[in-house]
Amino acid sequence: MIPAKFDYIKAATVGEAINLLEEHGFDAKIVSGGHSLIPAMKLRLATPEMLIDIRGIEGMNTITEEGNEIVIGANCTHHELTVNALVNNHVNVLSQAAKCIGDIQVRNRGTLGGSLAHADPASDYPATVLACEATIVAQGKNGSRTITAIDFFQGLFTTALEEGEIITAVRFPKVANGTYQKFFQSASRFAVVGVAAVKDGDRVKVGVTGVAGVPYRATAVENAYDGSSACAAHAVEGVDDVMSDHFADEEYRSHLAKVYVKRALEAL
Amino acid sequence: MNISITVNGKVHTHDIEPRVSLAQFLRENLDLTGTHIGCDTSGCGACTITLDGSAVKSCTLLAVQADGGEITTIEGMANGDEMHPIQAAFKENHGLQCGFCTPGMVMTAVDILKNNADPTEEEIRHGLEGNFCRCTGYHNIVKSIQHAAEQMKG
Repeated sequence: MIPAKFDYIKAATVGEAINLLEEHGFDAKIVSGGHSLIPAMKLRLATPEMLIDIRGIEGMNTITEEGNEIVIGANCTHHELTVNALVNNHVNVLSQAAKCIGDIQVRNRGTLGGSLAHADPASDYPATVLACEATIVAQGKNGSRTITAIDFFQGLFTTALEEGEIITAVRFPKVANGTYQKFFQSASRFAVVGVAAVKDGDRVKVGVTGVAGVPYRATAVENAYDGSSACAAHAVEGVDDVMSDHFADEEYRSHLAKVYVKRALEAL
Repeated sequence: MNISITVNGKVHTHDIEPRVSLAQFLRENLDLTGTHIGCDTSGCGACTITLDGSAVKSCTLLAVQADGGEITTIEGMANGDEMHPIQAAFKENHGLQCGFCTPGMVMTAVDILKNNADPTEEEIRHGLEGNFCRCTGYHNIVKSIQHAAEQMKG
C-alpha cells in the first residue's frame, strides 16, 4: 500500500511549522511519529498534499520539572514516558498508560502530542490527561495558549485545537499516586476501556477512555467516593453516548467500565 | 527528494519520492530484502529494523523521515561469517520455522535486550507482542532470546 503523492518538509522550528501550516491550510498535515497518520495515508483515508515533519524541532522532546508540574514536550515518545525518572516519580499514571500502548516498535515512534492531537476515542492518554487535570500547550500564529484537559477533547478525533495550531507540550501537575487500568482490545491492543485514577487528598479524580465517543471525567464516581470502591457503580452515570461495536456492545462496555473503575480505585 | 541514510554502517544517498516507505527503500533501492513486508499496516513486525538503536516498523516510517539516521537491518547483524549472538541463539534453539518473521523477531530482540539485559520469560513475551509468527513458533523464539541474553551477558 502506497500513499497518494505528497510533498514533505522538515520544520526546524515551531514558527516555521506554523507558517507552513498557514500557507498550506487543510492540504497540510503535521507528522511526528506518524503511527496514526501514515497507516491512514496508506489506506488513502488521508490524502494530505503536504507533510510537515516536526520531529526534529529542538526543545520539543524534553521532560522538565517546573514547580509542581512536569512539562513534557509533545515529541516525547511513549517509550520515553515509560523510562523517564521524572514521569515515573511524579506522574506514574502516565508512564503506566504509555506502557499499555501498542508494542515496543510503536512506542519507539509514537508521540504524546501526536496521540492527543489525533484524539482516537480508544487511545490511552486522554483518561490520564483528564484524571491529572493536565493542560495542553498549543502554539499558533497568534502565540501560545493552554487548553485544559476537559476542554481539549471534543468528539471522535476532534479536539479544541484551532486550524494552524500545534501541540508543543503537555503540563502535568505532580500526582502522589495514580493508576491506569485497561481492558485491551484483543487484536489491536487499543483500549476497549481505559481508566486512570489519581488520588487527590481524600478525593479521587477518574478519567475514562474507550467507553464514550469523548473521553470523560467520571464525576459521579468522584462525588460518591467514600474511600471504598463501591462508587464504581456510577462509572457511566450521565454518559449518554456509550459506544457499541462488534467488540463490545453498550451493555458489556458499560459493565467493563464499572469493573475497571473498581479495579483502578482498589489499585490506588 | 535527496536523502542520506546510514544502513549497516554504509552511507546511502538517494533521490526518492516522499511517499516511499523505509521498508520499500531498503528492499527496492538497496536490495536488502531481509527486511520483510508482511501486513504492511504496522501490525505484524516482520519489517522491524533498528533506527538509531531502537526497533521500529519500517513499513510505517517514510524513508524521508529516516533521513540522517543510522539503520541496522538483519543483513547488518553478523560480523562477516560470524553470526550475531541473537542469530546464533535462534539457530541453536530452532527459533524459526518458515523464517518469514525471523528478521523482525531478531531485530526486536535487539531492542528487548538493549533495555533489559536479563529479561524474564514474561518480559520477553510482552516485548514480542508486536511481532507475529504465523507458524506459531513462539515457544522456541522466546527460548532463543533467553539463550541470547545469557550469551550476551558473557
